[in-house]
Amino acid sequence: MRIRLEKRRELSRVMLALSPIGAVVMTMIVGAIIFEGIGYDGPRAVFEIFFTPVLASYKWPDVAAKAAPLILIALGLTFGNQAKVWNIGAEGQYLLGALGGAGVAILTQSMHGPWIVPLMILAGMAAGALWAAPVAFLRNRYGVNEILSSLMLVYVALQLLNYLVTGPWKDPNGQNFPQTAPFTPDQRLPAHLFGLPFPPGLYIAFALALVFWLVMSRSEYGLGVRIVGEAPKAARYAGYRASNAVWSTMLISGGMAGLAGVLETTTQSGQLNLGFPSGYGFTAIIVSFLGRLHPMGIFLAGIVLAISYVGGQVAQTTVHVPSSTAGIFQAMMLFFILASDVLVRRRLRIEWGAPKTAAARA
Amino acid sequence: MADSAILQQAKPRLELRGVTKRFPGVLANDNVNLKVKPGEIHALLGENGAGKSTLVKMIYGVLAPDAGEILWNGDPVQVTSPRAARRLGVGMVFQHFSLFEALTVLENIALGLDAKFSQRELEAEIRRVLDLYGLKLDPRRIVTTLSVGERQRIEIVRALLLNPKLLIMDEPTSVLTPQEVEQLFETLRKLAAQGCSILYISHKLHEIIALCETATILRGGKFVAECDPRNETSKSMAELMIGANLKEISRGPGRTLGAEKFAARNLSLPKHGDFGVALKDISFSVRAGEILGVAGVAGNGQNELMEALSGEAGARDDAILLEGSPIGALNPTGRRARGLCAVPEERNGHAAVAELTLALNGALTARRRMGFVSAGLINMGRARAYATKVIGAFTVKALGYQSTAGSLSGGNLQKFIMGREILQEPSAIAVSQPTWGVDAGAAAAIRQALVDLASRGCAILVISSDLDELLELCDSLVVINLGSLSRVMKVGEVSIEEIGLLMGGVHGDPQATVEMTEALHAH
Repeated sequence: MRIRLEKRRELSRVMLALSPIGAVVMTMIVGAIIFEGIGYDGPRAVFEIFFTPVLASYKWPDVAAKAAPLILIALGLTFGNQAKVWNIGAEGQYLLGALGGAGVAILTQSMHGPWIVPLMILAGMAAGALWAAPVAFLRNRYGVNEILSSLMLVYVALQLLNYLVTGPWKDPNGQNFPQTAPFTPDQRLPAHLFGLPFPPGLYIAFALALVFWLVMSRSEYGLGVRIVGEAPKAARYAGYRASNAVWSTMLISGGMAGLAGVLETTTQSGQLNLGFPSGYGFTAIIVSFLGRLHPMGIFLAGIVLAISYVGGQVAQTTVHVPSSTAGIFQAMMLFFILASDVLVRRRLRIEWGAPKTAAARA
Repeated sequence: MADSAILQQAKPRLELRGVTKRFPGVLANDNVNLKVKPGEIHALLGENGAGKSTLVKMIYGVLAPDAGEILWNGDPVQVTSPRAARRLGVGMVFQHFSLFEALTVLENIALGLDAKFSQRELEAEIRRVLDLYGLKLDPRRIVTTLSVGERQRIEIVRALLLNPKLLIMDEPTSVLTPQEVEQLFETLRKLAAQGCSILYISHKLHEIIALCETATILRGGKFVAECDPRNETSKSMAELMIGANLKEISRGPGRTLGAEKFAARNLSLPKHGDFGVALKDISFSVRAGEILGVAGVAGNGQNELMEALSGEAGARDDAILLEGSPIGALNPTGRRARGLCAVPEERNGHAAVAELTLALNGALTARRRMGFVSAGLINMGRARAYATKVIGAFTVKALGYQSTAGSLSGGNLQKFIMGREILQEPSAIAVSQPTWGVDAGAAAAIRQALVDLASRGCAILVISSDLDELLELCDSLVVINLGSLSRVMKVGEVSIEEIGLLMGGVHGDPQATVEMTEALHAH
């Protein structure tokens, strides 16, 4: 018997669209079996993780609040993932976005006006992009692997947060807690908009998903990014420069992560403290792939991953699974989506025994 | 001849009976019969996609037939793997070599053998084989320093070490100089005289006439004819191959060459990477309506020259001139805007992106020149219409603009790529290997399109390692060797011997080449 993987010539669009759903279903099945096997109520854990947050409407605001940053960061990562410029450090850029916004907040503590929040947002995006810039520079100038440099900058960002909230940016009236002063009302956005339980970030994410969709599928830039990723020589031949793609995709993903970070502080936490880092920057990598690098897919995938976060907390209290459960399920989703990718792009052929002879045919 | 009477009676070394192989959607081989006698040089002829490779892969155990029998010396056999094929006595020399550039000849051969030898035994054995067949090759040399002909000899020696009874050669001459081809033929004749059968796959008909005693012709996966090439002409065999009358290239009546349109002036580029070739002081001039051919053995700077002309590698601004103005500092998009188009050698991943649709592959180079782009957005309607136009004008077999480039056969993709550039009506175009690996019908169409483009006043530069193609297509010819161009020759006045010597018939020693050329001129 021989098992072989053959490349498919034409990819089925239906298979491409359905495989993320298959990956989620496989995650549920395998997850139930594993948790059953290690002594929990597996099916119930899966139910609590994936269905309770959807069925219980009082969980929706929580899901929407977690989906917004995931979608924003994942959208930003998409261009880079298409160009095969791998930004693994969105978590750091997300932190810098929050820091940028908090820095403006500290400077504008005693000021008033509707201009403060937009300024915070701009500062957050700029800070996120700035944190991604050295990665692009090092990759283009010295060929430094962007996976390593972007990831390492996450730890620098964590130390920077530590330093600032325990040192110069510490709230003077905060009883020595490692946190900044609470934002003033002029520095905050409402947690919900338009009478629905959705934060402003989710509306922004939806609008940006439409913009990204247009740019990705119709623009000269979007085509160039794809070609740089698929066939670097063809990109050069077509007049696209790989170094431009590295710069632009890193700055876009940094800026988007920064946007997610600053929106998180202005709508949710209202200040910055040591508990701010949440791992959204890493989870967004899963969102990007589960969404098939397609903006609308990413929007849906962001909601699915947000559900798994919220559901993981539910399952902790009801089924008493450990706190890392949500992470395990998220990792399984990434595993199954990448594995199903192999099967969508290739055909599995199993050849049994010896080939038939003419006599056997006749 | 008494010998041939004995051979006639002997059982065939290899016989295929009703061999069929089906791939999803394609019947690659349909009930094919083939008989190769001991000591016979047997040609396997057919266009690209005729099923030659599939058939050979089944003989060599890479693929298993769906139906039919393989007989070896009269006995049915199952060839389940290349290793099993080698045990039977089948050797194969592939078209694309699998050699490690940084290792020696000896190390490369040792890596490819099933059995383990000591270094000394192996070297003695290699030297014995080299002597026996009069092959020139130093086992201690590092592969990087070898010419393509010498590299091919490594593969031949690797096959001969197993004392094969049948040697399969897949398109062996596509990268050789005329002199190297002659040396190869002598080796093959010697092998055949000692009883080894040779299955020779090629589409170069005059070589088959010169070398082979029998030819089996395939078309569309089916057996078409078996003939004696010595009683056939190139034209008659080509017509059997494509199943239609072959059109000769028609040149427009009274084509006149205009003023200089496309030129290089002392273009030099340092070499890129360990295995690159530096371009040295390259100058040429192509007039409006002229086709200039660049001949040469692959790996002598053709790719580097192409990249310098297309704009992928930057050059001194006044090193490349289009209609008198310097364009060396422009990138590919800028050069296309001025009217210089280019087609690199590699189809997949360079001239086209396999994963993208034909509409987007059209936009790859035509997007600015044909006005698809406004405000940064690509007008997909125009891109689709352009792809449809190319598909129609160049009879590309594809479902439509939505097909991915990767779903097209090599010949069809090449027609699409050439069409994409030609329909942009460039004022000059540089093309590398325009018909490499393309079937005879498609090759004729591509060559005709280039001649027609020239007659509309385009200046054309064609880089090719197929000398026949250049002689058929071009008005004048230069040879590239080690990154330098030879003097320009008029196609009507050149001798094949001189071109062969300029191509580096005397390898590794440019001085010897110069001396040989001078000696030739003295005669």
